Amino acid sequence: MIRLVPRTDTPALLQGSTPVLAVLATMLAGGLLFAIMGYDPVTAIRTIFWDPLFGPAASYSRPQLLVKAAPLILIASGLAVGFRAGIWNIGAEGQYIIGAICGAAVALAAYPAPEMWIFPAMVIAGAAGGWAWGMIPALLRNWFGASEILVSLMLVYVAQRIAAWMAFGPMKNPEGFGMPGSRNLQQYPAAANPELIVGTGAHWGVVAAVLAVLATWFLMSRHIRGFHIRAAGTAPRAARFAGVKPETLVAFCLGLSGALAGMAGLFEVAGPAGQITDKIGVGYGFTAIIVAFLGRLHPLGILLAGLLLALTYIGGELAQLTLNLPGATVQVFQGMLLFFLLGFDLLTRYRITRRIAA
Amino acid sequence: MIDPVALFLMLLTASTPILFAALGELVAERAGVLNLGVEGMMITGALAGFAAAYHSGNPVLGFAAAALAGALIALPFAVLTQFLLSNQVASGLALTLFGLGLAALFGKPMEGVKAPTMAPGPLGLHWIVWLGLLMVPLIWWFLNRSRAGLILRGVGENHDAAHALGYDVRRVRIAAIAFGGAMAGIGGAFISVATVLQWTEGMTAGAGWIALAIVVFSNWTAPGVLAGAWLFGGVTVLQLRLQAAGVRVPVQLLSMAPYLATIVVLVAISARQKFSRRAGSTAPGSLGQDFHALR
Repeated sequence: MIRLVPRTDTPALLQGSTPVLAVLATMLAGGLLFAIMGYDPVTAIRTIFWDPLFGPAASYSRPQLLVKAAPLILIASGLAVGFRAGIWNIGAEGQYIIGAICGAAVALAAYPAPEMWIFPAMVIAGAAGGWAWGMIPALLRNWFGASEILVSLMLVYVAQRIAAWMAFGPMKNPEGFGMPGSRNLQQYPAAANPELIVGTGAHWGVVAAVLAVLATWFLMSRHIRGFHIRAAGTAPRAARFAGVKPETLVAFCLGLSGALAGMAGLFEVAGPAGQITDKIGVGYGFTAIIVAFLGRLHPLGILLAGLLLALTYIGGELAQLTLNLPGATVQVFQGMLLFFLLGFDLLTRYRITRRIAA
Repeated sequence: MIDPVALFLMLLTASTPILFAALGELVAERAGVLNLGVEGMMITGALAGFAAAYHSGNPVLGFAAAALAGALIALPFAVLTQFLLSNQVASGLALTLFGLGLAALFGKPMEGVKAPTMAPGPLGLHWIVWLGLLMVPLIWWFLNRSRAGLILRGVGENHDAAHALGYDVRRVRIAAIAFGGAMAGIGGAFISVATVLQWTEGMTAGAGWIALAIVVFSNWTAPGVLAGAWLFGGVTVLQLRLQAAGVRVPVQLLSMAPYLATIVVLVAISARQKFSRRAGSTAPGSLGQDFHALR
């Protein structure tokens, strides 16, 4: 018989190695899935995890890595702060969409003014929109005790419908020949979020993502608020006795993660996506949840995890082109990854020993 | 004007997927398991049920396959939460993401084909609608009047006490999770096999999340779940009628109604549980907590 003994502290090596184990297990299980579906597992895994970086078309796909990683990292750094405190914002997708809409609204209102302030104002509007959307579940939880999990998730569906309404109604491009979708912000220099260094894919969102990683690292390990968040997550009663107000933390964590998700949405709509359409939400808000867990809720881990999941997006697209693998494969991969990750987490929290016969 | 009886029959149909999923989740939560994977189990059931009904030509087989698939897809969640002691919130989310991905992957060949239909039951309603209505008293009876239900509630209320009395907490919870999966699977299949008659990616559109909210609304009782499902069904039908009547409100805004209604209801019921001195929350005591027997 085996038994589990709770650990009092976790060796650093184990802390870092369980995500790696989870990734390897996902590759194995994914290979199995491909074999069942009738694809060569080795080719498929290589196409997803190796070819985007080092394959024949890598010069095209490598810049995409930062493009896809930036929103994931930006959103996940905010989410991880809340998850540490046991505050579950799972509606980042909605905050992302609302951020994109608010940011684009500034640009569309200013069009075609060439002023320098337009892009910074869009960033602020995007963050404010995401913050406001995140504050709805925060306030409803603080005032009435409503579950922030369910409210934030419901608001994703509401946000998606607002985006569709915007694309077909108020924000429709007047010069778009009746096609749904807003003006393309990439073609409006004062509002565009261009590639900063040619060939790298780095746009302002990448800069913001790096800043977010640094800022959340500082918050969580150097600031008293971060200490309160960690305390509330591990020992809620003790934190309460120490004077930490749960209401403040709920508002802070949902507001912060909402603002970061909103900013991610703005950078996307002003850059890679270009316009508000009914499909502006592409699931970054949900994938970011996996990124946060894969990064063990640690800012640096999130940076690496964001790059890895960005790789699966690009690899998935590549596999779709070259191997005709369905696009949803990546989603399955990401779901499996989270399963394995949570499973292997057992090793960090418990020691496995043989049961000694009494 | 619309005939109120016809409207009520439409409401019964519209509320059925949520009713099944929420009744299943009710049983799981009464056993102390918070499974946020309802959406993933529903979409899996929707696909498996549709595929089975399409290939066999028999919708009944479709619903059986959906129940089985829903229970099976819940297994990784059961292993994670019951044996590997993983966080239930995160594991449930993983189940939803995995289920949505898996269904999208295997659903590709099913796009564009039509499901076989079956003869309607009494009052022109689908037999599954009647089955759902029958499940309400059955589950009420099971939870409140049967010995097995008493044990299940004991496990959910205080798992340490139930363990000390010699009940196998894990086995009860795994059974409850599988039942929840089967019910969610049938609910999902009702959408694809009985109402839409087609498979489209992501067709459950948040119904699983609404079901989770309805369990909170119900205050963890079967009649409460029925009331919540009807409320939701009513809003859906009303919204569709308004769309059909050509009200001068954009379709996209009207279709928000079910989600906004869910939030309003959730807030109202949470506030009642928070502020009312008499009506406290009756959430199971061990809901969402890991069970780890040291001995």
